[in-house]
Amino acid sequence: MTKPTSTTTAAARKLWQFHGGLHLPDHKSLSCEQPIQPAVLPKRLVLPLQQHIGAPAKPIVEVGERVRKGQTIAQPDGFVSAALHAPTSGTVVAIEERAVPHPSGLTAPCIVLESDGEDRWVELQPHGNWTTLDASELRNLIREAGIVGLGGAGFPSFIKLNPGARTEIDTLILNAAECEPYITCDDRLMRERADEVIAGARIMRHALHARRVVIGIEDNKPEAHAALRDALARVDRSDIELVQVPTRYPTGGEKQLIKVLTGKEVPSQGLPIDINIVCHNVATAAAVHRAVEHGEPLISRIVTVTGRGVATPRNLEVLIGTPVDDLLRQCGGTTPTLSRLVLGGPLMGITLPHSGLPITKTGNCILALAPGEFGQHGPVRNCIRCGECARACPANLLPQQLYWHARAKDFDKVQDYNLFDCIECGCCAYVCPANLPLVQYYRYAKTAIWAQARDKKKAELARERHDFRTERQEREKAERAAKLAKKKAALEESPAADSEEAKKAAIKAAMERAKAKREAAGVEPKNTDNLTADQQRQIDEAEARRATEKKNESANERE
Amino acid sequence: MTNPVISSPHVHGPANVSNVMLRVVYALLPAVAGCIWLFGWGVLVNLLVAIATALASEAAILALRQRPIIDTLRDGSAVVTALLLAIALPPLAPWWLVAVGTLFAIVFAKQLYGGLGFNPFNPAMAGYVLLLVSFPQEMTSWAAPEGLRSADLGLVQVLLHSLTGALPTDIQMDALTSATVLDTMKVQLGMAHTVSEIRGGPIFGLFGAKGWEVINGLILLGGLWLLWRRVITWHVPVAVLGSLGLIAALFHLINPELYASPLFHLASGGAMLGAFFIATDPVSGATSARGQLVFGIGMGILIFVIRSWGGFPDGVAFAVLLMNMAAPTIDYYTQPRVYGHDRG
Repeated sequence: MTKPTSTTTAAARKLWQFHGGLHLPDHKSLSCEQPIQPAVLPKRLVLPLQQHIGAPAKPIVEVGERVRKGQTIAQPDGFVSAALHAPTSGTVVAIEERAVPHPSGLTAPCIVLESDGEDRWVELQPHGNWTTLDASELRNLIREAGIVGLGGAGFPSFIKLNPGARTEIDTLILNAAECEPYITCDDRLMRERADEVIAGARIMRHALHARRVVIGIEDNKPEAHAALRDALARVDRSDIELVQVPTRYPTGGEKQLIKVLTGKEVPSQGLPIDINIVCHNVATAAAVHRAVEHGEPLISRIVTVTGRGVATPRNLEVLIGTPVDDLLRQCGGTTPTLSRLVLGGPLMGITLPHSGLPITKTGNCILALAPGEFGQHGPVRNCIRCGECARACPANLLPQQLYWHARAKDFDKVQDYNLFDCIECGCCAYVCPANLPLVQYYRYAKTAIWAQARDKKKAELARERHDFRTERQEREKAERAAKLAKKKAALEESPAADSEEAKKAAIKAAMERAKAKREAAGVEPKNTDNLTADQQRQIDEAEARRATEKKNESANERE
Repeated sequence: MTNPVISSPHVHGPANVSNVMLRVVYALLPAVAGCIWLFGWGVLVNLLVAIATALASEAAILALRQRPIIDTLRDGSAVVTALLLAIALPPLAPWWLVAVGTLFAIVFAKQLYGGLGFNPFNPAMAGYVLLLVSFPQEMTSWAAPEGLRSADLGLVQVLLHSLTGALPTDIQMDALTSATVLDTMKVQLGMAHTVSEIRGGPIFGLFGAKGWEVINGLILLGGLWLLWRRVITWHVPVAVLGSLGLIAALFHLINPELYASPLFHLASGGAMLGAFFIATDPVSGATSARGQLVFGIGMGILIFVIRSWGGFPDGVAFAVLLMNMAAPTIDYYTQPRVYGHDRG
């Protein structure tokens, strides 16, 4: 598909198309016209130690400790992990398990911070002249700032800026698609802080040594597009290309955007870096700019509060750890008709069990849905194999087959149909005329397969341990047997000759020693002294007889 | 507030099964009206008997299976099956013929497999074939179309005939019925007549059968509407009609006196109904676009083979059932290439 688009070079650019996808009513006008407003400083902030993919951070503060805004309160634990900073100044009042926004509904360790209302910063270390820094220094700054992917996945960003010595990055893609309905936080960010996005893009490009940068933005955001275009013109960057892509859900999916912009496909089970591409969200780029050029760690983000279940939808700049309640209150409170509270978008978001949960680094949208917003929800019927799901699937899977095998718990078959290429975008379930909760089945199957794999690994470990033990026991037995056999052989092999002679020599030596002693003491010799040769022979014969008897005896004992 | 935890997505599009079925019913209405106009009230009586039997038998078996009755009947699939079967049966058929066919379609071909979505065969065609092989005499006695019959029956007379088999004393069955064109073609070709001789007969129209051409035109119209409303895709109808037309054209070119023209094949019998309404049944057909093409091509070839060399005048129902059997295999071998996987 070729579509002329207005880019910085104003040349027509070839775009590609991914399979399936949907045109959805976007509901973005609910929240996209009001400027970003800073959220009210909360009294209490709850900061989960894990707001990213990887290991939870390790707290480095203690309960009762006073912290300043921007101070590191938890350090990354291992390589794939992210630091955590105090979003405002105040006192650490608890480090304990708290309810967190996670689909499991489980609790997780959190640092609870009571704000002192002064919002006093630590001393920041800006690096205005970042071009003098090398890639690894930049990555370190970004790592220390606790920056993770703000588009939703929350993968530590410095890792995605580390292509390794052997990989050359051809294209850095900035994801500005924001394809899910209702969400407008990236739209507002680009409209109001386009310079920050471009500055972040330049830092990222520098860290990656990327040949070029492409910013992909859906064509339903003309204002944001214009703002970015103007920002690009101000810095005069011709190596950063701004490309409008057709609005179609899920264009903002990393794999889909890469396909649309480059025509390449990320290999199954692979990463964009395998095809020399790195993809970051625009909000992440802005955060990188703030971290490097202002020294500010990631302590806030823009959150869209929207839906017909809230009085005045808008975007707020929210400190990480702020309770959802506070945000809803600032947006005029919820309406009496509110029927579901969702974190994220309507297609991929998770339901929040209650509104007391905190905003985390990946929380882009609070969606308060009222009854009229769910679309048609008839009774769940049997699959009629109409194939609408397969036509809508952006991964070109056969959702109806996946459903069939997932339902039958046939986990081998469901993997044959490439379950793990499913990105859980929800297109299939959206179009399903039988109202089947398809994605739920896929999540179930994935979880069950992971659990099986874990069990299998465990069983394998146990088996290995058992095998090792058996082997060790056998080896020890063999060693013992070998030792014994050696001893026996040595005994059998040492007939009269050696030992007899040695014995004789020893006896003789002992007798001589005794004789010398006696002589020295002037004692009378005994009858065993000064024997004749004949006497000595008789004694020797008797000794030999005794020895053989003893040997036989011990052989009998062994038997 | 507390909130029920529900898995995403949280929104749903406008599609639902009942709507799909309802649209199929709408698309059939022009053809149904045409049939009533052309063949008389018998068509309506068949329809009513079929729908009543379908709903009653489905309700009964749902009760036995302890499944929700009203909710399931609302999916509309039983009515679609009844409509498709009724429109394919002789307009002057006795009531029990219609009832037996519908009962078999709903109970044996559909519910015993687990209901809508689990049936490997198209229920209407399973019912049709059962009747065709069990009651060949009743199944081949077609009402003559308007203009070709020498007598007309009123609604009451048709109802009486359907229920008791009785006709008004002054009307003979022969005055009401005539052979179908496919039947005539088959029989006469067997008697060594040429196609052009046969086509001179009074029951033949411009392309196919007189009157039937109009019905097939109306079915085509309904089918195109289904395409426009995206209830079906172009793959199956194009593949069925295209392959049937092509293979018929090939044989017609080789020997026009032994093989009828492709247009005759397309405009006669159940080809049009089969292509747009039967082979597009998603449950028993192939799923992927490529699979649907294979399914349709296979069906088109089978229709021609059965019509030309088989034992029955028309082969649509057999072709559908045979391809139904092949559908799972077709689906297996026509899986699309998944994103990020190598081609081939």
